[in-house]
Amino acid sequence: MQKIPQKIIHTRYLRHRKKFPHVWCPGCSNGIVLGAIMRAVDELKFKRSNTAMVSGIGCSSRMPVYVDFNTLHSLHGRAIAYATGIKMFKPEMDVMVVTGDGDATAIGGNHFIHAARRNIDLTVILINNNIYGMTGGQYSPTTPTGDIATTTPYGNIDPVFDICELAMGAGATFVARTTAYHALEAQSFIKQALEHKGFSLVEIISACPVIYGKLNKKGDAPAMMNAMKKNSISLKAWEKLPEDKLKGKIKRGILRNEDRPEYTDEYAKLVQKVQGGK
Amino acid sequence: MTKNNIESKVVLMQGNEAVTRGALDAGVNFFAGYPITPSTEIAEICSTELPRRGGKFIQMEDEIASISAIIGASLAGAKSMTATSGPGFSLMQEGIGFAKMTETPCVVVNVMRGGPSTGLPTKPSQADIMQSRWGNHGDAPAIVLYPNSVLEGYELAIRAVNLSEKYRTCVVLLMDEVLGHMRETVTLPDLEKVKIINRIKPTIPPEWYKHYEDHPKYIHPLASYGEGYRFHVTGLAHDAYGFPTNRADETAIMMERLDKKIKHHLNDLVQIESFYMDDARTAIFAAGISARAAKTAVMMARKSGKKVGLLRPLTIWPFPDDAIRKYMKNVRNIFVPELNQGQLLNEVKRAMGGVWNYESRRSRKIIPIQKNDGQLITPADIINKMKEVK
Repeated sequence: MQKIPQKIIHTRYLRHRKKFPHVWCPGCSNGIVLGAIMRAVDELKFKRSNTAMVSGIGCSSRMPVYVDFNTLHSLHGRAIAYATGIKMFKPEMDVMVVTGDGDATAIGGNHFIHAARRNIDLTVILINNNIYGMTGGQYSPTTPTGDIATTTPYGNIDPVFDICELAMGAGATFVARTTAYHALEAQSFIKQALEHKGFSLVEIISACPVIYGKLNKKGDAPAMMNAMKKNSISLKAWEKLPEDKLKGKIKRGILRNEDRPEYTDEYAKLVQKVQGGK
Repeated sequence: MTKNNIESKVVLMQGNEAVTRGALDAGVNFFAGYPITPSTEIAEICSTELPRRGGKFIQMEDEIASISAIIGASLAGAKSMTATSGPGFSLMQEGIGFAKMTETPCVVVNVMRGGPSTGLPTKPSQADIMQSRWGNHGDAPAIVLYPNSVLEGYELAIRAVNLSEKYRTCVVLLMDEVLGHMRETVTLPDLEKVKIINRIKPTIPPEWYKHYEDHPKYIHPLASYGEGYRFHVTGLAHDAYGFPTNRADETAIMMERLDKKIKHHLNDLVQIESFYMDDARTAIFAAGISARAAKTAVMMARKSGKKVGLLRPLTIWPFPDDAIRKYMKNVRNIFVPELNQGQLLNEVKRAMGGVWNYESRRSRKIIPIQKNDGQLITPADIINKMKEVK
């Protein structure tokens, strides 16, 4: 992979006036993901004015304010619906959504599955920290069963969502998963997702040492990063390993990459048909 | 809307059709919606007409997604609209608040039906008058228009789109279920003579652009996504650039602008119809479909020599306080017929507070005529109530 001077990318894509320091806690993975997005955008030579970043509510959703794109910090869970409006009206724009596990799969679950079903050309970058961080540590649809959150003081009894399986089940045409430890892989997946025509999802498992980590005694930020390295298996290795070695592990890789008619393309064809038939 | 009548000027059309046609004539080019009785025809016509005109139609997964999509599209430069009824209108409230907070133009048509909850989906009601004003959380004024005929539905739909573009806010068009489904012959105005307002676009270089610039009239230019003006939009309290803020001074400026951009333009926003009010001793204050019954009641009363008049708001929010005080100062009684439990009545009482002095108030009354069983108020209901009070 080509080495890009980080500093140049930062001056090119970040907003400076009144924006830093950012709101994220020390040890949070969101900054790593932000860096990966910017490097991916830089590789693709996206025009800032033609790129939109939409988010909902939560820690990850504070990201748009820092980037010098057309940015929208919308309502809790609704980022994908807002992004659908933008993409539908201006299909020529590159629209990405930055969201979290709670934002996209709890309150926004409906919009998530329906955007995947339509196969509208949005790139959803979902930062999964297994908790509601911004409100102080309540359990989310991806908090592991048995774990402690401020609303599961006796342990979580909820089964968890496999977000990538959910997206694939709903019809997403590009689905990938990695972790914040694998920053360059994240960059590569985000790049491929942004290039992909159709609904794409990149799930990035992230560390929340200050809230989730502390509640569940996962150690400090480096310890959590190390755990991501240890507990994740790339798709290639995954297929070779016996089932008993896969329990509790994170499957990393591009889980789906296929072509299906894209929604705004189909709409354009429909318009052509209707107007041609006059 | 059939192909035959789309070109002609004198047409027989339904209220929902008229509203849609008005909105389309005003330039609406994006519609996102979710089916709900009694507003569905609006979505159906948009799904037919928008692709023909090069606009965009999408049926979303729910009403929350619908309001979200139209706000997103509006930020990308669309004139956008959705249509719904009571239950869907409730779901949209957070989004309506977002549109007001972020000063993003959009239009929401609410064809009112009986409530609460699922209520009476095919029966008329005027019970969303307060929801259209106070439905979203937080302080933010509302612009709400309310037609009482099919032609007026067409006209006010144009006005709703115009006002949303002019004042950079969500404008609600309230409709009665009966009006939505009623067919009337209307003579449409010449489209070239209809005034269409488009949002003011910034002319300054992008680096100077402030999404929420201070302006003496509280209305400022609005850039769209994808035009080179890269701005931030958030539902959080924000500064002039749109970036989140916790500072009291910046928040105060923002809140003041939201309030004043409505209050400073009451002359432009408030629209009323006064019918035989000049010499009236008894007044009726009614809106929407109830005002049609009231008009007939006025004619009946006038025939028997009674000086009765009707005051009807076309703009229901901001409430026409000044007009009510002006026209009602000398009347003896005010009758307020409405299909709810007193949503307009209390506003009339509030507006009239302090206008009648205590001495005279003893013989002056504000009298409710209310129904909320899904039936309309008839002219006879109003006449009978007048006789009772006399």
